[in-house]
Amino acid sequence: MSASRLLMNARVSATAEGDAMEIRLAGTWQITEARPTWAELRGTQNPARVRLHTDGVEKWDSSLLLFLFEAQQWCRGSGAYFDGEALPEKIRTLLSQLAASHETSVPFDRSTSFLSSVGLATQDTVAKAQAISHFVGECVLGAIRLARSPRRFRWRDCFDEMQQCGAMALPIVSLVSLLVGVTLAYTGAIVLRQYGGDIYIADLIGLSMVREMGAVMTAVVLAGRTGAAFAATLGNMKANEEIDALEVLGIPPVQFLVLPRLLALGVMMPLLGLYANALGIAGGMLVAFGSLAIPPTAFWAEMLTIVDLSDVATGVIKATAFGLIIGLSGCLRGLQAERSAAGVGRAATSAVVTALLLIIVADAVFAVLFNALGL
Amino acid sequence: MSEHNNPAAGNASAAAIEVHALQCGYEGKVVLKDVSFTVARGEIFFIIGGSGCGKSTLLRHLVGLNTPTAGGVKFFGRSFAETNPAARRDLLKTFGMLFQAGALWTSLTLRQNVALPLEEYTTLSRREIEEIASLKLAQVGLGGFADYYPSEISGGMKKRAGLARALALDPAIVFFDEPSAGLDPVTSRKLDELILQIRETFGTTIVVVSHELASIFDIADRVIMLDRAQQGIIAEGKPRELAVRSRDPRVTEFLRRGDVLPQ
Repeated sequence: MSASRLLMNARVSATAEGDAMEIRLAGTWQITEARPTWAELRGTQNPARVRLHTDGVEKWDSSLLLFLFEAQQWCRGSGAYFDGEALPEKIRTLLSQLAASHETSVPFDRSTSFLSSVGLATQDTVAKAQAISHFVGECVLGAIRLARSPRRFRWRDCFDEMQQCGAMALPIVSLVSLLVGVTLAYTGAIVLRQYGGDIYIADLIGLSMVREMGAVMTAVVLAGRTGAAFAATLGNMKANEEIDALEVLGIPPVQFLVLPRLLALGVMMPLLGLYANALGIAGGMLVAFGSLAIPPTAFWAEMLTIVDLSDVATGVIKATAFGLIIGLSGCLRGLQAERSAAGVGRAATSAVVTALLLIIVADAVFAVLFNALGL
Repeated sequence: MSEHNNPAAGNASAAAIEVHALQCGYEGKVVLKDVSFTVARGEIFFIIGGSGCGKSTLLRHLVGLNTPTAGGVKFFGRSFAETNPAARRDLLKTFGMLFQAGALWTSLTLRQNVALPLEEYTTLSRREIEEIASLKLAQVGLGGFADYYPSEISGGMKKRAGLARALALDPAIVFFDEPSAGLDPVTSRKLDELILQIRETFGTTIVVVSHELASIFDIADRVIMLDRAQQGIIAEGKPRELAVRSRDPRVTEFLRRGDVLPQ
């Protein structure tokens, strides 16, 4: 017997009687302390019968069971007879439960081959694409229904949403667009001053705000503010079975929840975009007046030489499209959310990421399109 | 019950719901297979069984929230699978459902919650709709709470409000998903009485998913018991008879748990 085993409170001894092995357990067996193992005890012996006695055990817990279980499993594997007749009833019951739980554990195979991973990812992508086209299709059908019977539309929800995503967003949109105007003016001034073309700062600010920055910056703000809120609200409703309750009543969630939000964003985004244009130009004017000594009237007159209504129209078209993108992403992710608190959080994050990605892509598409159309 | 909402009018079939060889599952995983049963008109029918045996799954398939992988469900001889969208809406109108936590729309008051189905399906004036909504709320004992929001009332009240909404269109069938979950015994008992009262008053067919023994013995006319391992029905009949006469230990163990033995 090794020295370390002598120091243990849990003791075990083995005596060979012919091809049988008599095991005597003694002392206190506790899970928090070291215990002998069956493999150590058996060594190189291969008994045909193992008989166990626990008469000398003063105190025991799962530690003793584990030892007995090891012995039992070895016997089962090697074909030896496990003789537990001498064990107390309580231990025998627990041992049979342990053995049963071991046998009934259902193996769960998490391994996947490369090919099946690719296949599953492809299936997933197809399913997602189908879900998006299905959702957009439902929105279009809902819009047609709205045009046919506007009285049945939930105008009150729509106006509430307009206030939430429009009027309530004014402070942050003001701040962001004013600062964008200021930043653009400072950056432009560095270049233009070198060529003595200070006045053209008005053209730079006017054109970039009206055609590009007004719509894009408002969209970025609203994607974070409104898109995430839509996804969180709808996700939460899904977790509370509120969406199911609508479906059971035969009320399409798209018509009840999505269309009012889409319409609200579709109307408010261009208005907010125009407002952002004005604030951005005001920011540029401030910098032009303060650091380049260009009076606001001269700034305005110069700006009007290059910015015309078609530029304003491109900005408005973009803003409307971005608004619809934000609304669709937010509502889609909300309706797809898992039914849990974590699912709601993921839906909100995913809504913002999807909206921002689609806004940048749409912006590039618009740039190419407007260029081709000569706008 | 209003006649237009009772599609059984003129139909010789006595059954309100016929389930034939239904197979339910999610994402390729089978939860229940070959489930067949019928629910008679005006019956209080319980779907019982231990946790995870597929009771709620079966209910979601019955009401059309999930599509069965095989087999079908017929309400008064009509099924979701065979009907177009307009007929589907018509079919949905024939039943109401009380969800586990009420599933009230949180942005609407109780009155607006009950009024919504009426706004969707009827051409009644706003005043008439509000009156019906108040009546339904009074029926479930929430008379003075019509202008409260769901966040301002207790769990038991939410369930009753959910029931008022389920009853808004005077449906021929009402489904209950674990009505006593999260309720104290007294409130739960009151809800049972309400279920009985609805059946007595309107002749409504009631389908309840539950594992609450007191409710099962008190109000169920007939039950089916589902089992997880068997993925289907293991017993069908009157609860008291099953508790006494069933030879299946899974059934007797479930129904005789604790001291709740049938009198």
